[in-house]
Amino acid sequence: MHDIALKIQEAHPKGFISAHEAFGELSVTVDRNEIVNVCRFVLEDASLDFDMLTDLCSVDFPNEVLRFEVIYQLYSLEKNHRLRLKSRVPEEDCNIDSVVELWRSANFMEREVYDMMGISFNNHPDLRRIMMTEDYDEGYPLRKDFPVEGRGWRDNFENLSDDPG
Amino acid sequence: MQDSVVGLDHYGDDDADIELVDGKPKKRVEDLLLNMGPQHPSTHGVLRIVLEMEGEIIVKATPYLGYLHRGVEKLAENSTYSQIIPLTDRLDYTASMTNNYAFVRSVEKLLQVEIPERAEYVRTIVAEMQRLAGHLFWLGTQSLDIGAMTVFFYTFREREALLDLFELLCGARLTMSYFRVGGVDRDITQEIVDRLYQFLETFPEKIDEYNTLLETNRIWMSRTRDIAVISAKDAVNFGLTGPALRGSGVNYDVRKAEPYGAYDKVEWEVPLGKNGDTYDRYWIRVEEMRQSAKIIKQCLDQLPEGRIAADVPSLTYPPRDKVETDMESLIHHFMIATEGFEVPEGEVYCGTEAPKGELGFYILSQGGNKPYRLRIRPPSFIHMGAFEHMAKGYMIADIVTIFGTYDIVMGECDR
Repeated sequence: MHDIALKIQEAHPKGFISAHEAFGELSVTVDRNEIVNVCRFVLEDASLDFDMLTDLCSVDFPNEVLRFEVIYQLYSLEKNHRLRLKSRVPEEDCNIDSVVELWRSANFMEREVYDMMGISFNNHPDLRRIMMTEDYDEGYPLRKDFPVEGRGWRDNFENLSDDPG
Repeated sequence: MQDSVVGLDHYGDDDADIELVDGKPKKRVEDLLLNMGPQHPSTHGVLRIVLEMEGEIIVKATPYLGYLHRGVEKLAENSTYSQIIPLTDRLDYTASMTNNYAFVRSVEKLLQVEIPERAEYVRTIVAEMQRLAGHLFWLGTQSLDIGAMTVFFYTFREREALLDLFELLCGARLTMSYFRVGGVDRDITQEIVDRLYQFLETFPEKIDEYNTLLETNRIWMSRTRDIAVISAKDAVNFGLTGPALRGSGVNYDVRKAEPYGAYDKVEWEVPLGKNGDTYDRYWIRVEEMRQSAKIIKQCLDQLPEGRIAADVPSLTYPPRDKVETDMESLIHHFMIATEGFEVPEGEVYCGTEAPKGELGFYILSQGGNKPYRLRIRPPSFIHMGAFEHMAKGYMIADIVTIFGTYDIVMGECDR
């Protein structure tokens, strides 16, 4: 197993679930209840030093029990290495702890995940929709069960192909 | 909308009960909420900001995004990989070459395909030309926003020359779609090489020309120095990249940290700022233009012969003349164009240095010809997250400077 993954496992045996390496990139899957602790560890540990949260996004797997996956792309300026942390979130209890206290860049990115995928972030300072309007009620656009053409008023569009005349 | 935003409770029957102190009306102090945008010429797209003011000082600046949201990530999940290339053009529409580059690089990482050397050089050349065009665009509009109008005409003159070369190269000036997975669309011709050499010969003098217009301009200096200062620690914490990060003195450039293309085969430096203010970021972009010119020149000198696309028939189109004469090649072309190509299972994140910062693509593939999930990491969106922090405490007149100093393009921010 990769050194970084070993260190995380050693420090947080409760939070560590699995590690996977492919294309020269390391992914570590973490329990969602431990996400903030693991993030704090990789940020503060001097040998890891992941001081930049490059990206935070989510993926929807509608057929799996733990439906959503929140993905953190981390980068260390000093050590020039990258790490991908992942955490699964179930649909019925759709929330995960916020990491804004560690990286302030997470503020907007968590808002986007909330807006697009409907995962809420506990302890987030300002959890509102960001891309869609605040009164948008057609659901969460990036979920796999959301139609590409959209919902709501678009359903009433006349479909030209249905009417050959 | 929220009540606090509209702020109607400030209006009302104020006239009815004016409090008197020594026979004069009592001085009334209240916060002012000011709405800026979404239609405003200096917002570089459609961005709305609600400013909470105390006199002329900004207490809080809340950006409202999404006016240009087109759901590119959702569209990408339903498009083949080659269909996504034109979508990426429309992210940062002032720098479509680097957007294409960032995307094809992440797909190539998934496919583990080897790119021919000539293609790598051509890619580096066009990416640096795009950086020049992007920075020229930024310099022109930023100085226009601040009030120095002349620079705009100068920088757009050079940008025009670059766009002409792009037109010669691929037929488009703005939304190029020039890159292909495995290579590029067309080879760079001798005419382009000659004209590019000609351009580079005079370009450093042109940069000096902009500098004489700005560095001796007292208004420009006082409106950029010590405005929108961000410390190195905060810049890293907010995830800033590109000139916005390097302005604070943090040495991070994807081209150096994780070299790609021909960047490790040429000599160039990463300019770094000290104070993290608007002036430093301006200086860095100007220096980067000099470095880009250096990179292009060396690439042209070293430009090797060879193919411009990988020799992988399942990915790359057959040569154009064969498509027009040979039945098998026509079918081959048709199959790639309509059905795309298979990409193996896996996930990659790949960052590329765009003019505005690190443009990353995270692709999750479950096999097939379409990505299961495609996430774009747009530098403009992440820079917008630091906007409130940067704008706090400055004057209302500085707000357009603060927009401009990140080099924000809303097409990329909202996707």
